[in-house]
Amino acid sequence: MHIIDRRLNPRGKSLENRQRFLRRAKDAVQQAIKQSLQNRGIRDVLDGGEIHLPIGGLGEPGFRRAAGGLRDYILPGNRTFVEGDIIPRPVGSAAGRSRLAGEDDDSEDSFRFVLTREEFLDMFLDELELPDLAKRRLSETTEVVPVRAGYSVSGPPSSLAVGRTTRLAMMRRIALHRPKKEDIEALERAIEECDSEEDRLALKAELKLLTEKSRRVPYIDPLDVRYRRFENTPKPVVKAVMFCLMDVSGSMTEHMKDLAKRFYLLLYLFLTRRYEKVEIVFIRHTEKAEEVDEQTFFYSPASGGTMVSSALAAMRAIIGERYDPTEWNIYAAQASDGDNSYSDGSVAGQLLEHEILPLCQYFAYIEVGDEDDDSSSSSSTLWQLYQDIHAGKRPLSMRKVCRKNEIFPVFHDLFRKGQVHSEVVP
Amino acid sequence: MTKASAELFQGADWDFGTLQRIHDACEEIALGELGLDVYPNQIEVITTEQMLDAYSSTGMPLFYRHWSFGKHFVHHEALYRGGKRDLAYEIVINSSPCISYLMEENTATMQTLVIAHAAFGHNHFFKNNYLFKLWTDAEGILDYLEFAKSYIARCEARYGEAAVEATLDAAHALMSHGVHRYAGKTRIDLRDEERRQQERRAHEEQIFNDLWRTVPGTRKRSAADVDFEKRRAALGLPQDNILYFLEKSAPRLQPWQREILRIVRHIAQYFHPQRQTKVMNEGAATYTHYRIMQRLHERKKLSDGNHLEFLKSHTNVVFQPTYDDPRFSGINPYALGFAMMQDIERIVTDPTDEDREWFPDIAGQGEPMEVLRAIWADYRDESFIRQFLSPHLIRKWRLFQLHDAPEIHEGLLVSAIHDERGYKRLRRELAQQYDIGWGDARIEIVDVDLAGNRRLVLHHLMLNDCPLDESEIKLVLQHLADLWSYEVLLQEIDSAEKVIREHTAHPRENLYRASATS
Repeated sequence: MHIIDRRLNPRGKSLENRQRFLRRAKDAVQQAIKQSLQNRGIRDVLDGGEIHLPIGGLGEPGFRRAAGGLRDYILPGNRTFVEGDIIPRPVGSAAGRSRLAGEDDDSEDSFRFVLTREEFLDMFLDELELPDLAKRRLSETTEVVPVRAGYSVSGPPSSLAVGRTTRLAMMRRIALHRPKKEDIEALERAIEECDSEEDRLALKAELKLLTEKSRRVPYIDPLDVRYRRFENTPKPVVKAVMFCLMDVSGSMTEHMKDLAKRFYLLLYLFLTRRYEKVEIVFIRHTEKAEEVDEQTFFYSPASGGTMVSSALAAMRAIIGERYDPTEWNIYAAQASDGDNSYSDGSVAGQLLEHEILPLCQYFAYIEVGDEDDDSSSSSSTLWQLYQDIHAGKRPLSMRKVCRKNEIFPVFHDLFRKGQVHSEVVP
Repeated sequence: MTKASAELFQGADWDFGTLQRIHDACEEIALGELGLDVYPNQIEVITTEQMLDAYSSTGMPLFYRHWSFGKHFVHHEALYRGGKRDLAYEIVINSSPCISYLMEENTATMQTLVIAHAAFGHNHFFKNNYLFKLWTDAEGILDYLEFAKSYIARCEARYGEAAVEATLDAAHALMSHGVHRYAGKTRIDLRDEERRQQERRAHEEQIFNDLWRTVPGTRKRSAADVDFEKRRAALGLPQDNILYFLEKSAPRLQPWQREILRIVRHIAQYFHPQRQTKVMNEGAATYTHYRIMQRLHERKKLSDGNHLEFLKSHTNVVFQPTYDDPRFSGINPYALGFAMMQDIERIVTDPTDEDREWFPDIAGQGEPMEVLRAIWADYRDESFIRQFLSPHLIRKWRLFQLHDAPEIHEGLLVSAIHDERGYKRLRRELAQQYDIGWGDARIEIVDVDLAGNRRLVLHHLMLNDCPLDESEIKLVLQHLADLWSYEVLLQEIDSAEKVIREHTAHPRENLYRASATS
């Protein structure tokens, strides 16, 4: 008998199968992720976790009989029945029937499993990107990449260039006429076979000469050794900043704020996960705007009137202070219920059209509505204003969101890879 | 200390020395006293995750890659992590040497139980039962799986994962109808398979001559020449082994696709005996472990405490809830098998008059192990129950039969109970339910219109006028049509030989596209 300890075998034997399964289930998983986003609190929207998948498309079909028809069951534990009794069907006919049939009890109608956070986010952020990341600069905080730059005579053993070293050694051996191993062996054989003492002495002298020479000219000399050399070259870094402008005025209902926050949360996660070097500026505004940290932005309440221009002005000021438009790729996402004070309209329009948009790579506007609104009808003051600006071929996209389940599709749409931007979809 | 040293182990901890002692003690009883005949044993200690791995690849230690195994893994894992289900204590593989997996979490008592159950009970059954002898090749299976795995991996590299996956999906859908139900002339030798595959390929390469392509074709014989009967004979129809038929006769499959069908077919065939002997196999193993554990306790090799621990797990395993119990989920094969083995032991050693009348051959024969070994060798579930389910056991379990005919009765008719009139009927009905030839849908290929549009015609012979599941049948037929690459027609035929329903499917274009370019 053999006893084998398999516990030390490499783990994750079915990892590959699991990945194949996920790949196959990708559409279903993404659907399920969208579903799951609706039902979660804002704090744990993207914590990964359990997913319910409908089993369709992932089923393994086989020739199986349908339910119904004549059937016989043999069951244990008869206490009261006699032959010929007719007993009522068990309640919940379907369930009772499958139990009677003695089938395996695993209902696979909705198939549950747990995604890791990584898997979840990968699926979630699949095929999203920031559009038009055009300005690439060598920034002052230089990031460097090692680039091959010939050979050097010193270096760590790990970068020993074996090919080059042996080539040099061979050149040197040939140039200095190092005796070949075969010649020495032939000579030794000749000495053994040699009959006359005189010849043998001559041969031995020759052999001595050769061996000495081969000792003087080593096979590999420290002179031959070469190492691969690397030079650190600075790498162009893309610098990008995303401005998040949120209306928190009194006209925004709780529902609208929740929608807006969900949108920004998706944006925030997308940016922090996909781009290491993207800065995010949070600006919230009522009739005046302020720059806040993310904690305040997402979680602390505020209210007041509405002046969109205040937020745009604040954004312009911050750009002037910190983000030179020649170096930075500038993006902005604005969320609002579309109400704006009447007097502010033209100011905001001017600001956006002539000052903000020329600096921006991309400007996304989300209009949040109440749950019972029809998301296709839209005639809010801000929407009209922006629509006029949009007509001038600006990098501006506008969407309207009324329900939680629309957030993800809209977000996905705005940042889809390789899409032609600047469009209005009410 | 003399008393303590007689015991195999103390407490719950174990190490490899303990396992060796346990195995040797069990072996002494199994071979010496019970007269079992086993393959050499190989015991492997594994972790929970490895057990889940094994679950998802139908218990085999190595298997080709396919998404469905990933699905099962994820499913089992979710159930297990959610605390909804325990894992099995062991998995045993019908191979030589016979591999038993032991979970590292098991206590020493559990390891003893598992070794007695798997390494001797199942092992003996695998080696001696006629179905396993006829249909499986214990020496060759591991090598064959290795070959299958690497062959399919090579196909993926060569023809693309998508094409291989599509082929495997289709083959898996037809797997239940990919077994020979009747024995052929030659014994299977799986070790030979790899060599034969290479030979087939070498032969093809050898006889390949591009010139033949340029020879002008002779005029084909007209359709009328090939009459129906001749055509059926030439193709070996009717044929119930669909995978076999496709492998041999599907007109447009690539050679590697045929080989994949062959692999899936061989694996289905390998598991075919296990499906037919669930009750007997578990019954034999449970009876064996029970006897071995009793003897170990009698010989003072197992302490009273450990023996109680064993009895607790044993009773859990052979627990049969009654039909109205919330835990009821059909008849437990462990319970039925073990009860029948014990009942046979009782009939052999201490028969009543009733037993003498029902089982004249074995009643009072006196040597239970001799009788059981013969039964284990020569029966499968269906014939075993048909022969050996005794009135005594039917009474003990209070079995009854419910007849469900929605057209006739509003409720369910109690058509037999444990009385003189019912014994035979109950026994016949229960035996039939364990006959997988009866339980599986009966589908056979009846005709191919080779001269015309090459439509493949299948019949489903309905049992009790019960049709096939409509949504499933569409998917399966689609797979079948893809493999056959022409139209497929399935007719469902009732007991009066009338066609009740028809389903058709057409092949999808370019499904195996990667293969077409090769």
